[in-house]
Amino acid sequence: MSLVRSPTAALLVLADGTLFEGEAVGYEPADGVTTGEVVFNTVLSGYQEVLTDPSYAGQVIAFTYPHIGNYGVTDDDNESRRPHCRGVVVRDLARRPSNWRSSGDLGSWMQHHRLPGIAGIDTRRLTRHIREAGAMPCAFGTADEATLKAAAESEPGTDGVDLVAGVSTTAPYTVGSGPLRVVAYDFGIKTSILRLLGEIAEVEVVPADTPAHELLARPLDGVFLSNGPGDPAAVGYAIETIGDLLGQVPIFGICLGHQLLAAALGGQTYKLPFGHHGGNHPVRRVSDDAVEITSQNHNYAVVAGSLAAADVTHLNLNDGVVEGIRSRDVPAFSVQYHPEAGPGPHDARYLFAEFRALMGRGASRPGPGRV
Amino acid sequence: MPKRTDIESILLIGSGPIVIGQACEFDYSGTQACRILGAEGYRVILVNSNPATIMTDPDFADRTYVEPLDVDVLAAIVERERPDAVLPTLGGQTGLNLGLALADNGVLDAFGAELIGASPEAIRTAENRELFKSAMTEIGLAVPPSGFAYTVDEALKVGDEIGYPVIVRPSFILGGSGTGIAADADELEGIATVGLAASPITEILIERSIAGWKEYELEVMRDHADNCVVVCSIENLDPMGVHTGDSITVAPAQTLSDVEYQHMRDAAFACIRRIGVDTGGSNIQFAVDPTNGDMVVIEMNPRVSRSSALASKATGYPIAKIAARLAVGYTLDEIPNDITRCTPASFEPTIDYVVTKVPRWAFEKFPGSSDALGTRMQSVGEAMAIGRTFPESLQKGLRSLEHGRWGLNCDPGEAASDGWDDDELVRRAAIATPDRPFHLETALRRGISVDRLHEVTRVDPWFLDQIAAITEERAHLSAIGFDAMDRREWRRAKRLGFADAQLAWLWGVEESAVRARRLAAGVATTFKTVDTCGAEFESATPYHYSTYEDTDETVAAGAGTVVILGSGPNRIGQGIEFDYCCVHASFALRDAGYETVMVNCNPETVSTDYDTSDRLYFEPLTPEDVLNVLEAENRSGRLTGVIVSLGGQTPLKLAHGIEAAGYPILGTSPASIDEAEDRERWNSLCERLGIPQPAGGTATGYSEALEVATRVGYPVLMRPSYVLGGRAMEIVYDDDGLARAMTELEMFGSLGREGGLSAGRPVLVDRFLEDAIEVDVDAVRDSSGEVVIGGVMEHVEEAGVHSGDSACVIPPPTLVRATVELMETHTRAIAAALEVCGPLNVQYAVTNVGSRRTGDDPEPKVFVIEANPRASRTLPFVAKATGVPLAKVAARVMAGATLAGLREEGLLKPGVSGGHVSVKEAVLPFNRFPDVDTLLGPEMRATGEVMGIDATFGLAFAKSQRAAGDRLPEGGTVFFSLAGRDKAGGVVAARRFVELGFSVAATTGTGRELEAHGVPVSLIVAKVGEEGTGGATAVELIAGGDIDLVVNTPRGRGPRADGAYIRRAANVHNVPCLTTIAAALAAAGGIADWARYRLSVRSLQEFHEAGQMRLDV
Repeated sequence: MSLVRSPTAALLVLADGTLFEGEAVGYEPADGVTTGEVVFNTVLSGYQEVLTDPSYAGQVIAFTYPHIGNYGVTDDDNESRRPHCRGVVVRDLARRPSNWRSSGDLGSWMQHHRLPGIAGIDTRRLTRHIREAGAMPCAFGTADEATLKAAAESEPGTDGVDLVAGVSTTAPYTVGSGPLRVVAYDFGIKTSILRLLGEIAEVEVVPADTPAHELLARPLDGVFLSNGPGDPAAVGYAIETIGDLLGQVPIFGICLGHQLLAAALGGQTYKLPFGHHGGNHPVRRVSDDAVEITSQNHNYAVVAGSLAAADVTHLNLNDGVVEGIRSRDVPAFSVQYHPEAGPGPHDARYLFAEFRALMGRGASRPGPGRV
Repeated sequence: MPKRTDIESILLIGSGPIVIGQACEFDYSGTQACRILGAEGYRVILVNSNPATIMTDPDFADRTYVEPLDVDVLAAIVERERPDAVLPTLGGQTGLNLGLALADNGVLDAFGAELIGASPEAIRTAENRELFKSAMTEIGLAVPPSGFAYTVDEALKVGDEIGYPVIVRPSFILGGSGTGIAADADELEGIATVGLAASPITEILIERSIAGWKEYELEVMRDHADNCVVVCSIENLDPMGVHTGDSITVAPAQTLSDVEYQHMRDAAFACIRRIGVDTGGSNIQFAVDPTNGDMVVIEMNPRVSRSSALASKATGYPIAKIAARLAVGYTLDEIPNDITRCTPASFEPTIDYVVTKVPRWAFEKFPGSSDALGTRMQSVGEAMAIGRTFPESLQKGLRSLEHGRWGLNCDPGEAASDGWDDDELVRRAAIATPDRPFHLETALRRGISVDRLHEVTRVDPWFLDQIAAITEERAHLSAIGFDAMDRREWRRAKRLGFADAQLAWLWGVEESAVRARRLAAGVATTFKTVDTCGAEFESATPYHYSTYEDTDETVAAGAGTVVILGSGPNRIGQGIEFDYCCVHASFALRDAGYETVMVNCNPETVSTDYDTSDRLYFEPLTPEDVLNVLEAENRSGRLTGVIVSLGGQTPLKLAHGIEAAGYPILGTSPASIDEAEDRERWNSLCERLGIPQPAGGTATGYSEALEVATRVGYPVLMRPSYVLGGRAMEIVYDDDGLARAMTELEMFGSLGREGGLSAGRPVLVDRFLEDAIEVDVDAVRDSSGEVVIGGVMEHVEEAGVHSGDSACVIPPPTLVRATVELMETHTRAIAAALEVCGPLNVQYAVTNVGSRRTGDDPEPKVFVIEANPRASRTLPFVAKATGVPLAKVAARVMAGATLAGLREEGLLKPGVSGGHVSVKEAVLPFNRFPDVDTLLGPEMRATGEVMGIDATFGLAFAKSQRAAGDRLPEGGTVFFSLAGRDKAGGVVAARRFVELGFSVAATTGTGRELEAHGVPVSLIVAKVGEEGTGGATAVELIAGGDIDLVVNTPRGRGPRADGAYIRRAANVHNVPCLTTIAAALAAAGGIADWARYRLSVRSLQEFHEAGQMRLDV
C-alpha cells in the first residue's frame, strides 16, 4: 500500500499558451477551471495577508517562495473578511503547519473560502515568464489543456475593469477610537490600515461611490483613500469625488488611493509590465535620502512628470517608479506602497503620524453641527 | 555620501588559524574586503598569521603581514605602517578583540589611527554581557533572566537566585568555548570553573536555560545614514541548547508568521541601533517560545560572522564586500547589487529556494570524547545545500558531508540503528548528536509519531513533518517498485532530494540503471539561479544549484571551459589549504583566458564566492551531482577539462567516474594517481628507480598484517589507503597492538563510514623509522618533463607525528645540502616515472641525522614514504615562504602550459631563498576536547596552521608558537617528564633551558637522569598517584600556575598513563605543552633568540623582494 496521497493532477495555462504541470490544492471547482490575471509575489512570509488583501481581486497569485502554509492560518492575519483573489499558485503547500498562533492549515482554509489552488508548479519558471512577457490572464485546474487554454484566452484581465465595486463595503461602518475623525474611502481597504488609522481617529469606512458632499456635511478631520484592486482609470467616479474634496480637508492615500489622488491632481497613470508585489522594495525618501524597505502590491503607477501640482516625495530605488507625492497647494499626500505593512516591514509607519500631524494643523473642517 | 577621502590607508585584521568556531569564513570575508578596498583605491595593510588563507596572498593587499595576532605585534605593525584606519570587524572574534585592545591601550591614538566599522563603545556593549543585557532592557527587549559571576561561589549564588537549569556563557569568547548547561549546583560548579578559565576577563554569565525554544538569527546591515536591512533570516532545526555552529540551520526562517518575523526585524534594528554599530553587518540571535511566541534576544555579534558567510552564500548578497564599503563611508543605496546590477544594495534579498547548512564533526579523531552536542561548538566544518524545498536541500546537505551517507537514510548506513528497539531509538534521538537526523527519519519510518518526536527533541513539527514526507515517499517508491516508475513518480522522488544511488539501493538495482530509466522518462536535472530577488529581476551572475523543475537556466559554456572541483566541507586533514589551491587555479586560468567553473558545497570558502569563477555550482561533490554539472557545462561540447587534483581527496575520488563518463581530466592521469596509491605498483616503481623505502607490505586481515610485521620487525606504522589526514593511522609496537589496530580498522567504525577495508583498499603496514626526520617536498612537473621544486620542508617533530600536526621549516635547518639535493633528485625521478603533469608532493624520512640529537655525524639515509601527485596541504605555505605561486603554476601546467612558457610570462619566478626562515606550526583543537590526550601521533588532529617568518629559525619558531596561541615563556620553570628513549635528548634540551635562566622541575626518574648529567633540578615531583611523597603532584603544580612550560614525551599510550594526566592538566590550564624533544629544542632556540633580538615585523612583499633582514639586538 502506498502512503503517499495521490494528488489530483492539474494544469496551469497562460493566455499565451505556456503550460505548467501541477496538482490541485484547496477548493476544487466543479468545472475544474479557475481564471484570472496571474501575478507573482515575492514575500517569504505573510501569505494569508496577501490572500485576503482585496487589492488582488481578479488576480491569481503565484508565490515565488516555494513553501507556503508553513505556519498555518489565523483570523488575526486576515486583511479582509475573505480572500478576494481568484486563485493561488505555489510550489509546495505545507502538509502540517506549525505555529502557536495557527488555528488550521492553509489547504483547509482555501477549501472553506472556496479558493482554488495549484501546487507543484515550477514557480520560478512562471515568474521569469511573467517578468519577460508581462502579467497576463491564466486558467488552471483539473480540466483538460484545451479547455483551460480557451478559458485563459477569454479571461479579460484587469485593464479598464472596475474591480473596486466588487470589494468595497456596501454600507458605512465605524472602527477605531482615536481622538480625530477620519472618513476612509473603501476601495478594498486592508484591516492593517484600519488598525493604524483607528489608533489616531474614529474611522468611518464608506463605500467607494460615496459622493463628496455627503462627507463634507459631517464633522471630520481628514479623508483617507484606501488601497484597492485594478486600473485607477476604471474608477473615474472616485477621481471626481477626490477632486471635490481637495483643499476642503486633509487627504492621505495609499496604493490605489495614491493613484486616484494623483489623477485628481491632474496626473496620469500607466500599467507596469508585471507590477510590484513583495515585501522588499527599497524606496528613497526624497526629503532626506533615507531608504525605506517597503511592502508593495500594485500593477499600475503614476507617470513621473505628469504632476505639475505635486512634488514627488518617494521613489522606488529599483526602477525609479513614483512611490509618493504631496500636493504643493492643498493638504494631500499619498504613497504607492503599503506603510501599514501586513505583510511586510514596518519602516514607513511614520506616515500615519504624518497624516495625524497634517490633520492636527487646524485644517480640519467643522461639520454643520459643530460651529 | 560617497567614500571617505580623509583616509588613505586601512589596516585589516584577519582571524588567524582555523580553529573550531572560527574557520575559513573569515578568509572569505577578509578576501572580499581586501579586494574591494584595494579597488576603491585605499592602501590596504593586512595582518593574519594563517598562511593557508587566500587573503594573505601578496596580490590582495599592498602590505601583507603574516605575523602573530597579538597586541604587541599589531602595535609594531601600526607603528611601522601608520594606517589612517583599522578595520576590525571582518576578522572574526580575534579581529574584533584585537581592534578593541589597540583602542584601549592607546596605540591607535598614539599613531593617529581610527577604528572603523564599529566603535570601541559599540564593541564593548555588544561583547560585555552585562552591558548588553542592560542595553537590551533599556530598549524594551527581553533577555533571559541572568546574573554575572567572577568566582565559582558567586556562580552558585546566581544559580540559586534564577533557578535551574542554567546556561553558562563566558564573556569575550568565540564559538561558545567554555559554555554549558547545568541542571543543578553540582554541575554548575564544574561548568563555571571551565567557563571562568575560558573567559579572558574571568567573567561568566549564568542565565536561565531556555533549551527547547526555537532559535533564529537575523543578518542585519546598517550604514552611517542609519539605513538598515535584513539580509537573511535563519532558523535552526535544532532548538536552543545546541550551539548554532553545531545546528542544522535553514534559510529563510520557516515557521514564523509575518507578524512574528516583523516583530523580530524591528527588534534587530533596535538592537543594532542601540549597540551603535555604525556601519556593516551584525548578527543577532533570538529565541522564541514555541508555545506563546515570547521572544528573547540571545546575543549580538557586531561584526561579520560565520552566519554572515552562510547568509551571503544563501542569498547572493555579499555581506563582507558591502560591509567594507559601508565602513569607508558609502551608504547602502550608493552600492549596486552585483547580481542584478540594476538594483541597489539597499534592499532585502528574497529567495525562491531553501538553504540548509549541515555541520561536519570530527569526533572519530578524538576517542574518548562524547558526540553529544551542546552549547560549546565542536564541529570542524559545514556543508550547505540549496534545493527548491527543505526535503531536497536537507538530503543534498547530508550527502554533501561525505560521511558515507547518500541522503537522509535510504542507504547502507541506515543499518546502524537496526539493532535498537523503538524506545532505544527515541531515547537516542532525544539527545542531539550528529546522527540525530537519521534517527528521526528511522523513527518516523517505524511509525513513531511526529508529536512524540517533537515532545522529546523539541524539533519543530514542521521540520519533522517535512522529514516524514521523505519517509512516506520512500515507502511509496518501495511499494510501487522500479518498474512502475513513470515521469510523475520520478519527478516527485527527485524533487524530494533522493539521489539515484539511494533509489538504486532501495530497489536493489544498479545506479546506472536508475539514471538511464529516469532520463528516458524525461526527468533530468535543471539548474536554477541564486539571484537575490526571486527572479523579479534579470541576474548577471551565474550562481547555480540543481533541482528538478521544468526549465534550466544555465547558459552555453564558452570555448576553453575548465571545471574545478572543490574540496567540500572542512574537516581535519582537508581544509582551507585546498580551497586556496582551487581558488588560485580559478584565478590563474581566468587570467589565461579560460572560462572557469567551480563546483563546491562549503559556504565558508572563497571558492564559493560567486565572483571567484566565471560560474559557480553550489553542489554536493558526489558522482551523480558532479556529472550533472559536467553535462550542463558540456552541452555546447566545448568543455576543455576537469581539474580533480587541487581539492584534496574529495574530487580525486571522483576522477574515475568522470573519466569513464568521457570527460577529460586535466593534469596527471587517474591511472598515475592510482600507481602512486597502489602499494605494489608503487613499490616496484621505487625499486625500479632505486629509491629506498621503509620495508613493508599490505594486508586485508590480521594474519597478513602479522606476516608483514614479522618480516619487517616492530615498530610498524599502519595506515589505510586512500585517506587524508592520517585517518586511523597508528604506530604499533607488538603483536597485541597489531591485533587491536586491525580490529579497529576492520570493524564498522569511523573508517567504515568512509568505506571499510577491501582488497582494493588494504591496510599499509610499514616498518616505522624511529628518530627519523620527516621532510616534505612540493614540486610541479609539466608535460614537457621539466620539474620545478617549490619547497623542501623539514619537520620539527620526528617521523611518526602526522605531517599535518608537525611544525615544518623552509629552508631545512639541520639537513645538509647533499641530503636536500638527493631528495630533489628522487622527486624529479618519481615525477617523471609517474608522468606527473601538475603538482606532486613527496614525503621522505631521513635517518642518521645525528647532529640534532647527540652530535655524532654518520651518513644520513633518505627513505621515501609516499608520493601524492596532487596538491598538498603545504602549497600555500610554500608560496608564502618563497614567493612562488605554486598552485597557480600547477593549474596552468595542468591546462597545458609549460614551465618555460610560464617563466616567460612572468608567472613563474625563482623562489626567494635565504634571508629569512619560515616555520609552519599546527594548531590543535584540544581546548574543545578537555578529556582527550594531547599527545601527537600519526593521526592528524590539527584544524589549522600558522606561520612564523623571521631572520632566524629561533625567531620564526617563537613567532609561530605565539601565533598558535602558545606564547613561549621568557623565564620561570620548565617541567620535564620524559620517556626512557628521550632522556638523552632531554638532557640537551634541559641544559639549554637552564642556560636561558629557567629552573627545571622533573618527575623522579627524569630528574635523576638530568641530575646525573649535571643539569640542576630544583624540584622533584611525585607522579600522579604516588601518594605520601610529600610535595605537590605535577598536576597540582600545573593547576597552581607554578609551571610555565611542560615537556612531556610519551611512554606508552592510553588513558591511564601518567603523562596523559599531565598533558591534560596543561591543556585545561593553558600551559604550553611540548610532547617531543625536537619541539623542546626548537622552543629553547626560539626563547634564546626572542630574548636577544627586538621584535621586528616585515611584510611578505618585503620578504619576497629578498634582501637580508636586519636584526636589532
